[in-house]
Amino acid sequence: MAGIPHSRLRWAIPFGLLAGLAASESGYPPPGAAEKSLMLATTTSVDATGLLDVLSDEFKKISGVTLKWTAVGTGAALKQARDGNADVVIAHAKSLEDDFLREGCGVNRRVFARNFFLIVGPSADPAGAAGSATAAEAFGRIKAGGFPFVSRGDNSGTHVRELEIWAKAGGKPDKGYLETGQGMAETLRVAAERRGYTLTDSATFFGLRGLAGLKPVHENGPELENIYAVIAVNPARVPTAKYEEATAFIAFLTSPRGQKIVGEFRSKSGRLLFEPMAARPGIDLHK
Amino acid sequence: MIFRELGLAIWISFKTSGLAALIASFLAVPAALFLAGREFRGKRAILLVNQTWMAAPTVVIGLLFYSLLGRSGPLGGLGLLYTQTAMTIGQVFLVLPLILGFSYTALRQVDKRARLTALTLGATRRQAGWIVLREARFALLTAVLAGFARAISEIGIAMMLGGNIRHATRNITTSIALETAKGEFRNGVILGVILLVITLGTNILVQSGLRTKDGE
Repeated sequence: MAGIPHSRLRWAIPFGLLAGLAASESGYPPPGAAEKSLMLATTTSVDATGLLDVLSDEFKKISGVTLKWTAVGTGAALKQARDGNADVVIAHAKSLEDDFLREGCGVNRRVFARNFFLIVGPSADPAGAAGSATAAEAFGRIKAGGFPFVSRGDNSGTHVRELEIWAKAGGKPDKGYLETGQGMAETLRVAAERRGYTLTDSATFFGLRGLAGLKPVHENGPELENIYAVIAVNPARVPTAKYEEATAFIAFLTSPRGQKIVGEFRSKSGRLLFEPMAARPGIDLHK
Repeated sequence: MIFRELGLAIWISFKTSGLAALIASFLAVPAALFLAGREFRGKRAILLVNQTWMAAPTVVIGLLFYSLLGRSGPLGGLGLLYTQTAMTIGQVFLVLPLILGFSYTALRQVDKRARLTALTLGATRRQAGWIVLREARFALLTAVLAGFARAISEIGIAMMLGGNIRHATRNITTSIALETAKGEFRNGVILGVILLVITLGTNILVQSGLRTKDGE
């Protein structure tokens, strides 16, 4: 230990690091003021775009509750909730959500936002998907030409929708079908690198930067509407679920204040990413 | 069905990491032989850099090659990102310093007289080099196996450069991460045990290699 003359000082650096870590772990406020927190399992798009960062800051200000979240696909998010690892869920696959509600695991589902799915692909569009009338027709052209298609492959809301469209197009392709098993952002990067097509939510696609060479080739069809809902985990089924905080979060998200944040949230390139939906009459019944 | 998936992941791990350990060995062992055989200015610096590099986190190597191999990077035209080739390239650079360091130590431990005797008896420099390599063969094999064990058990490079694509770049470690994320702990545990068995087997080979050398 040349350079550090006093042996006592040798402990200064590791001890300082440990103290720093301990402080950052406990954070402010200091221990004693019991901190309320809420665990959210969410689809990746609301996290990858940065929307949750804004929402959680505002929610903390209003309620004093710290929102923590894991961003996974809708299927995995619902599974985490069933296993007692989340108190509230954000999902966007109606069929999976219905199962969750029917099992009694979820209560108080509220639709709070929507946007659209897009089929994106290489800007040269070798499959000629851009001229298609429907999403299924675009998928059919990609399959017929044997061009690479990158799938989430993770039972997420986007994956569920993709499989619905493939079913209409006569089944998944045998050739060029790549499954990443990962989030939307990673899957888009694979599509950009492998010069392939993929189905994406518009928020993640327009929220990301550096997706060189990918452009939307099909959008705005009725089969591409993407509805986001928030669901509380039922404490009667999952005793550890923090129902009070969960309903407070749902109330906040669907309140005028929460909806204003959702509706005004922009990507780094200045694009509006979500359309607030909580105040649409009847929306919970149909979507 | 699921066993076919897991079997494929195991095969991909063996293929990419085995190839990485082999390529790294062909680069590292000659370099170690060169370094062990002579003293020159800057040699200490080379060994210091190697020592530092040995501790490089996998994600940093992953980041480096991600930026090199991606479409917007200088080697983007090759279209290598998210392929098995990219995984192997990254892992070569992960285990190269490890194999170099181990080989260097092994070659330095060979009795200097072996080389000198060979030279006195009229061997060329090349022949003397072969004799030193032969003397250290078990320890060198140990170095290669240690490199293989390191490559097959890492996840940062495989995930960042391979992209965890099913049937293409999904190996043992990225499968474990994915199965855990999906909540399929059973499959994760099966793969985890297999990975431990592989590294255990490799380490037994390493140990027996060392013992053989000690016994000589």
